Amino acid sequence: MPTEQDVRPVTEPIEHITSPVLKGNPEELRDLEAGLDNLQSDTQRKAGIDWKRVLLPVAALVVLILAWQFYVSLGLKRRDLVPGPFDVFAQMVTLWGEGKVQESVWTSLQRGLIGFLISVVIATPVGLLLAQVAPLRRAFGPLISGLQVLPSVAWVPAAIIWFGLTDATVYFVVFMGAIPSIINGLISGVDQIPPQYRSVGKVLGASRLQMALQIVLPAALPGYLGGLKQGWAFSWRSLMAAEIIATGGTIGFGLGSLLDQGRLLADMSVVMSAILLILAVGILVELLVFGPIEKRLLQRRGLLAGSTR
Amino acid sequence: MPVVLEHLGKRFGDGAPVLDDVNASIAKGEFVALLGASGCGKSTLLNIIAGLDQPTSGALEVPSDGAAFMFQDSALFPWLTARGNIELALQLAEKNSGKAGSKAARSARATELLELVHLGGAGDKRPHELSGGMRQRVALARSLAQDRQLLLMDEPFAALDAITRDLLHDELERIWKETDRTIVFVTHNVREAVRLGQRVLLLSSRPGRVVAEWDVTEEHRTDAGRAGELTATITRRLRQEIRRHAN
Repeated sequence: MPTEQDVRPVTEPIEHITSPVLKGNPEELRDLEAGLDNLQSDTQRKAGIDWKRVLLPVAALVVLILAWQFYVSLGLKRRDLVPGPFDVFAQMVTLWGEGKVQESVWTSLQRGLIGFLISVVIATPVGLLLAQVAPLRRAFGPLISGLQVLPSVAWVPAAIIWFGLTDATVYFVVFMGAIPSIINGLISGVDQIPPQYRSVGKVLGASRLQMALQIVLPAALPGYLGGLKQGWAFSWRSLMAAEIIATGGTIGFGLGSLLDQGRLLADMSVVMSAILLILAVGILVELLVFGPIEKRLLQRRGLLAGSTR
Repeated sequence: MPVVLEHLGKRFGDGAPVLDDVNASIAKGEFVALLGASGCGKSTLLNIIAGLDQPTSGALEVPSDGAAFMFQDSALFPWLTARGNIELALQLAEKNSGKAGSKAARSARATELLELVHLGGAGDKRPHELSGGMRQRVALARSLAQDRQLLLMDEPFAALDAITRDLLHDELERIWKETDRTIVFVTHNVREAVRLGQRVLLLSSRPGRVVAEWDVTEEHRTDAGRAGELTATITRRLRQEIRRHAN
């Protein structure tokens, strides 16, 4: 910018109107800014392994098992109706020996994961489309919310009539549970995006597709991840419901089938084993998959400060 | 003339007009400060120039490639690092102009821009790890990444502390001279307008209209007394404008 100021020799002292003290040569300005930057921004804190995170949940588990054992040892109920932790553990060892634990966990987990992943692949573009295109959202939004409220178990009878006792029945029920909740999670994530992000995208010249993929989707990621978590929970629940109700045929032997078998044999320790296995899979998926992803996501955006996570 | 506004008007719905008969023209390479009290439609006017909003009447002429925009809060994307934010702007700008550049070229350009705003060492930090002043400098680098002649700034330093703001004034002046941009700088701070602008436009409130205009000459820049006088004159005129709404 060729103004009169540029023509002046630099050595000549220029008295400036607003910040005569701060106004110096470029080197000085750089140092000033660096100093201010260091004063104003936090230094990174690194922590090692937080043992409380491991020990507290383990302690809670031990307390619960002790309470259970204490209740059983009071002898208020018949032992075959309310088995103690050791009975259940022994039963689990037996089931493991027979290979039933491995088979049922593997079958269910595999189905749950495949069903969930297919749901994600279907629900993500649909959710993005609904969130970005107002007429579509208004048309289908209430239906999708309704489907999320509808218990997916309600689809089991229909699915059995349509697909018989095959894996298709199980997958259909999983989809009906997971897809609406992932779509809803994504939509609510998109709704919570600060409007300014879209303005920035527009100013930067993003096309509709770029806006959706490079701005809206990453901005909605925390809500989307919440939707995925819920979607997984719905997949897993729907799967168990389907496995309990629809047994036999070409349907493989899953955790729900194990549970139903325990019921048929009136063997409470098998039933308890199956319930604990279903719970354990749920906890492990949360701890090993969703927990770390969510923590990393929130931490990178500076959203974890002061939370109890 | 990169920007010409003719009889520009804007109203939202059936409400009273926010802008009415705004006339202004801004020359290439000029630094114009748009001054007005809160609620005078400064930001609306800027949004219209940026193409984020449409005028309801009148005509405007803006550069065909649009304008770069800097918001009051940095509006950096929290999922990207400082460098990532700048590279995204470069990438979107490339696709617009039809020339696809390589990732390496974008990275090199981002490094240059970070250096320009004296943030060479902070490229890998995320927005929440930066101070307010650093965030605004990244936002400035991002708006320069768009490589548009016209740069619109909507009270970019309003939320900063006084020390940082003074520094950023120097910084912005330096960058304006180095990059030869046309800048429209919206502010409600008279001192800031006189400090930065070559020309100060005063916008009245409800409806917004350009009611007065001052040139800030080299004399004002070097003579504190003259600058003080000009600041006082503008402040008086601004207050007169605000008093009109007392009843």
